[in-house]
Amino acid sequence: MKTAEQPFRFLTASYITQIGNQKANNLLELADGLAHCSDASIFHHTFQSLGRHHFITEGFSNDFAQWVLAGLNRISLAEQLAALDIRDYVALPDLRRDLQRLVDDYCASKESQASQAAFEAFYFCESLQIAVPLAGEAWTLEEFRNRLASLSHASLEFHFLASRLRLHLSTNDFSKWFADELHLPALAQRANRIDIYTNTLEGVQERLLSLIDRELAA
Amino acid sequence: MSTVSTETVQPRIITLNDYVPLLGAPEIDDLRSHAERLSGRSVEMVNSTAMGGGVAEILNRVIPIMQELGLGIRWEVMTGGNDFFAITKAFHNALHGGAYEARPENFATFLANNETNQSHLNLDAEFVVIHDPQPVALINARRDHSGHWIWRCHIDLSSPNRQVWDFLEPFVTRYDGALFSSPEFTRQLSIPQYLFYPSIDPLSDKNRDLEPEYVQKVLERFSIDRTRPILTQISRFDYLKDPIGVVKAYQIVKRYMDCQLVLAGGGAVDDPEGGAVLEEVRGVAKDDPDIHILDLPPWSALEINALQRASTIIIQKSLREGFGLTVTEALWKKKPIVASSVGGIPTQVIHKHTGLLAHSIEGTAYQIRLLLSNPALAQKLGEQGHEHVREHFLITSNVKRYLTLFCHLLGQSAALEKGPQL
Repeated sequence: MKTAEQPFRFLTASYITQIGNQKANNLLELADGLAHCSDASIFHHTFQSLGRHHFITEGFSNDFAQWVLAGLNRISLAEQLAALDIRDYVALPDLRRDLQRLVDDYCASKESQASQAAFEAFYFCESLQIAVPLAGEAWTLEEFRNRLASLSHASLEFHFLASRLRLHLSTNDFSKWFADELHLPALAQRANRIDIYTNTLEGVQERLLSLIDRELAA
Repeated sequence: MSTVSTETVQPRIITLNDYVPLLGAPEIDDLRSHAERLSGRSVEMVNSTAMGGGVAEILNRVIPIMQELGLGIRWEVMTGGNDFFAITKAFHNALHGGAYEARPENFATFLANNETNQSHLNLDAEFVVIHDPQPVALINARRDHSGHWIWRCHIDLSSPNRQVWDFLEPFVTRYDGALFSSPEFTRQLSIPQYLFYPSIDPLSDKNRDLEPEYVQKVLERFSIDRTRPILTQISRFDYLKDPIGVVKAYQIVKRYMDCQLVLAGGGAVDDPEGGAVLEEVRGVAKDDPDIHILDLPPWSALEINALQRASTIIIQKSLREGFGLTVTEALWKKKPIVASSVGGIPTQVIHKHTGLLAHSIEGTAYQIRLLLSNPALAQKLGEQGHEHVREHFLITSNVKRYLTLFCHLLGQSAALEKGPQL
């Protein structure tokens, strides 16, 4: 059994949402907000929103798409915004640029709809994160598996989703540790490929446990 | 001779472990981990009533949980005469946009009362959370930026009476932050504003699991037929809850599908407008035996719980709404919901994921028909709605949000003490 040089230290995180003073009542204002809001706000309404709504396993993608659908009833634009897969992005400015492009193009092609008032406003927000350590650390894959089995949603979200910002979006804490410390690149890659759009956090946990079990049995 | 034994029955105290079967041990451990950093820190909550109303109901649960987590928390209730509370009631309505012309003596009474309370309340805690406008001027007790002062606003400030808001705003902006139940309720302020959802207690009479026999008994008592679909709106008889619109939506549905409507709530006895609304609803309902209009007393938590659990669909067709905790209660019970997109409802009812939103009587009827003819969709929305509440709108989430805020404020002061990093 491989032993890591550095153990995996489990953390959990909690969030409060800070409401900004920027809001959108129509598509033009959404485009303006997308251009000027903070990176933290883009992260809140995409990556973190997926975490907050992990229990929705079909059709939820990000807050912008959901608002365009429910607040404006613009189905085709909502579909395009929802189709952006956050796993394709390694930097938030790229994600912001694509969101902006879709909204700008739609406004240009359907001018009459661009300033039509929504049923309710969209508020640009940010998450403030507090991370705290949890008891227990793992030096081996087996120890990791045992602790993973009893992790809270918040801890899973922190290590599997929110960590992407710290790691420039390319991986997650678990995969990074598998690759760097246990030298298990294949496991790291398989873990990183778990679909966060169609799995709840429990689903992610089960998939991870099953991948690890297979690795341990090999 | 028979003897009568007397025994004092102590109400069972609810502890964090009681939430484990509902939320799982990891979630409760998580809460404890967050509280560790705040162990022994002093917190003071101040509001204007110990009983009645949603704020007192929430504090009654938040305080013991925070105590169990090791925080030194106190709850103090401000006092005041009838004149003060008449003025704060008028302020409350004015902040919701109602017409009101305040006289200078109203403001003077408000300030004098806050000053009196300031002299007998201990406001020396590290974290002071002031609830709602009544005690907002207690910020005058803060000396030299001591402690962390937070204003928790439970009401909708989106379109307030200008005169009242202009009077209150200078107090509000002296706090370190303001907490609102929905982004819709906020104003442009110079201090940070945070989203703090209200919450329900899954172990309260309103929300705890019930024996099926009890649910059946309640239905029999009100002559409701369990074998046919039941559409229910729980709310006071108030024009803003649009009970007449609900009856009209039901009447459209009834043309195509067999169902019953339950309108249950209170407010008709002690509120003259409530009585008028109730009469109007009865007029629109005519003699339809499938419409059950139940004017219930305030102590009907278990009956309301049973009615919600027995319902096929829950409706909340409000024209204006606060956060809408009746929606939260229904979602917790895994009920599919058709609701208006007002106040805090869209936060809870994520259209097509945790319920369906509607914007008119016809739209409400259409969404109800959609759910009645798609039981699988109804079930899925109900289940996802339950998870949404479990993650965000339970009392434990509320406590966690406070812990997070307190840690955040501590972190901010630590950064200030440290000075800029070169």
